[in-house]
Amino acid sequence: MDRMPHWADAVLVPLISLILAAILSALVIIGIGEDPVAAFNLMVEGALMRSAGWGYTLYYATNFMFTGLAVAVAFHARMFNIGGEGQATLGGLGVALVLLYIPWPHWSLALLAATLGAAAFGAIWAFIPAYLQAKRGSHIVITTIMFNFIAAAFLNYVLVNLLRPQGAMDPATEKFPEATHLPTFRDMFSSAETIMFRGAPANVTFFLAVIACLVVWLLLWRTRLGYEIRAFGHSESAAKYAGISPVRITVIAMLISGALAGMMALNTTQGESERLILNATEGAGFIGIAVALMGRSHPFGVFLAAILFGFLFQGGAELALWTNIPRELIVVIQALVILFTGALDNMVRMPLERVFLALRRKEG
Amino acid sequence: MTFMHKVLATTAAMALSAGAALAEPALIFDLGGKFDKSFNEAAFAGAQRWAEETGKSFREIELQSEAQREQALRRFAENGNNPIVMTGFAFGNVLSEVAPDYPETKFAIIDMVVDEPNVRSVVFNEHEGSYLVGMMAAMASDSGTVGFIGGMDIPLIRKFACGYAQGAKAVNGDITVLSNMTGTTPAAWNDPVKGSELTKAQISQGADVIYAAAGGTGVGVLQTAADEGILSVGVDSNQNYMHPGKVLTSMLKRVDNAVYDAMTQGEALETGINVMGVGNGGIDYALDEHNEALVGEAMKTAVDEAKGKIASGELTVHDYTSDDSCPDLNF
Repeated sequence: MDRMPHWADAVLVPLISLILAAILSALVIIGIGEDPVAAFNLMVEGALMRSAGWGYTLYYATNFMFTGLAVAVAFHARMFNIGGEGQATLGGLGVALVLLYIPWPHWSLALLAATLGAAAFGAIWAFIPAYLQAKRGSHIVITTIMFNFIAAAFLNYVLVNLLRPQGAMDPATEKFPEATHLPTFRDMFSSAETIMFRGAPANVTFFLAVIACLVVWLLLWRTRLGYEIRAFGHSESAAKYAGISPVRITVIAMLISGALAGMMALNTTQGESERLILNATEGAGFIGIAVALMGRSHPFGVFLAAILFGFLFQGGAELALWTNIPRELIVVIQALVILFTGALDNMVRMPLERVFLALRRKEG
Repeated sequence: MTFMHKVLATTAAMALSAGAALAEPALIFDLGGKFDKSFNEAAFAGAQRWAEETGKSFREIELQSEAQREQALRRFAENGNNPIVMTGFAFGNVLSEVAPDYPETKFAIIDMVVDEPNVRSVVFNEHEGSYLVGMMAAMASDSGTVGFIGGMDIPLIRKFACGYAQGAKAVNGDITVLSNMTGTTPAAWNDPVKGSELTKAQISQGADVIYAAAGGTGVGVLQTAADEGILSVGVDSNQNYMHPGKVLTSMLKRVDNAVYDAMTQGEALETGINVMGVGNGGIDYALDEHNEALVGEAMKTAVDEAKGKIASGELTVHDYTSDDSCPDLNF
């Protein structure tokens, strides 16, 4: 029996969590002598009221959609993939290799190939922990986080020793060829008179992320494999009894998860920097966990949560630009939202459930 | 700090209420953050000095992500901030794309050359200053072995090492110059523990003067050198005070002056390549009450003579980055 209606679970709980986080953030801002209302206005103004602001919000959101979906898919198989960061790092390497060493005539072909490269590299990186989990019982949380460090060190080595152009200071590859540069929102939506999304990094991969949301939804709820993944996640023993192989589902779910995390690199590497840099993931792999938790591991929820976090990141940048709020405190504000929506979920849910139960008893 | 806070708070409030376009300068710090005891902090000190002297204010941002490089540049430019100063070579790529979009705005980039008509590129002849401190290290050394500890292994730091080795060899042709880099990633700029380990390793090979060009990592080098009773050489800012009597000198790279100059010139900022070297006071060695006793008259005379020769062009120090090689040191 449901303790509370579905809409309350999906809407009310995150909303109340958000409000609580906002109140605490406001207190923090007051604490350092700034005006929280002005700060909030500035965030909304900078992130949502200008097309360039949206360009940044959606750019960050694209990253979070991919990594959020990655965590969500693994979560349906009751696995906690916290290796999105490492899988995205390797995905970036996949993108760079595909774009640097094969001459592409057009960005659309390059994007297709880079998608395959990113997904393959991300999936390979997720495969090893998946195999260890399925066959050896090594806990996926431990192995995936260890693989984040290995990925970072590996990329370091590759960039510094193999891919860095001669004489360059930055540990980064050279620029990808012109033909592989993705169309940005500015290229797509600007007309001759009005320039939209000026300078914003949002690009065509945003639509890829939206498609990925749809595909993941179809996969999980409309295919046999998705059914098996969810069944395995709900009860391993029941799934086994029904003839579902735990090894197969563990590995496949993690491969999909790793591929999605790897695809995040399309946005940052091919879309934004147009070269592979050391710090291309910028923590999006970890934010993906919060996005998936907040989105209830549902693709549509992930979509909304990713946009919210995109707003927080872009709004945070605006705060850093125009106010006296130090960047450390902006991280605190972002962390408060993650804490309330992700980690302290039950703090809101349990009282709310009691309220709904009481209401129902009255009706009954 | 309190003064700065007030200044910044007022400007923030003004921007919040009106969004007014003020022609105030802006300063963008690289990902390392502004209080790195080294490069970024020197830039901040220069901006602060300008603000205190003129009573005007400036905008600043410490970046949080790579995507914000372009964002910060564009937003400041659109807000009418002028000039916009940024620290670090990592801005080079982005600035060359952004600068043409804002021909009315002047940009200043430190440690990198960006060839655009509205950009002032400030580069330093670090090899010249390193040459001077290399001479001093060789003169102060009893063991005939001096050391160099770099931060991240990039051409810029090899330029430091190469100048240092040339200076040391100019004094004593038989001297041994040890050279180690802390790492190959940006983390190498802030790893004092590893700096300390490298210092011990060089001491065990006989080094008795060690030059650190490693950002925050250098703090560990200077500390260990002082603990072990040998001399060290600081970098960028004057670090003599950190261990009085134990730091032979510091190679001064006047990033603060570069920022101060850019802000003083304001909207009339002179563009083009601005080379700061020994000749124009952009590069120097530090002499103050903390190291007077270490630097004798003879050493001072010799170094000042070399300084004069470099300034007049009589003596050229080889720049590693000009041909990616160094006559006196192998990497």
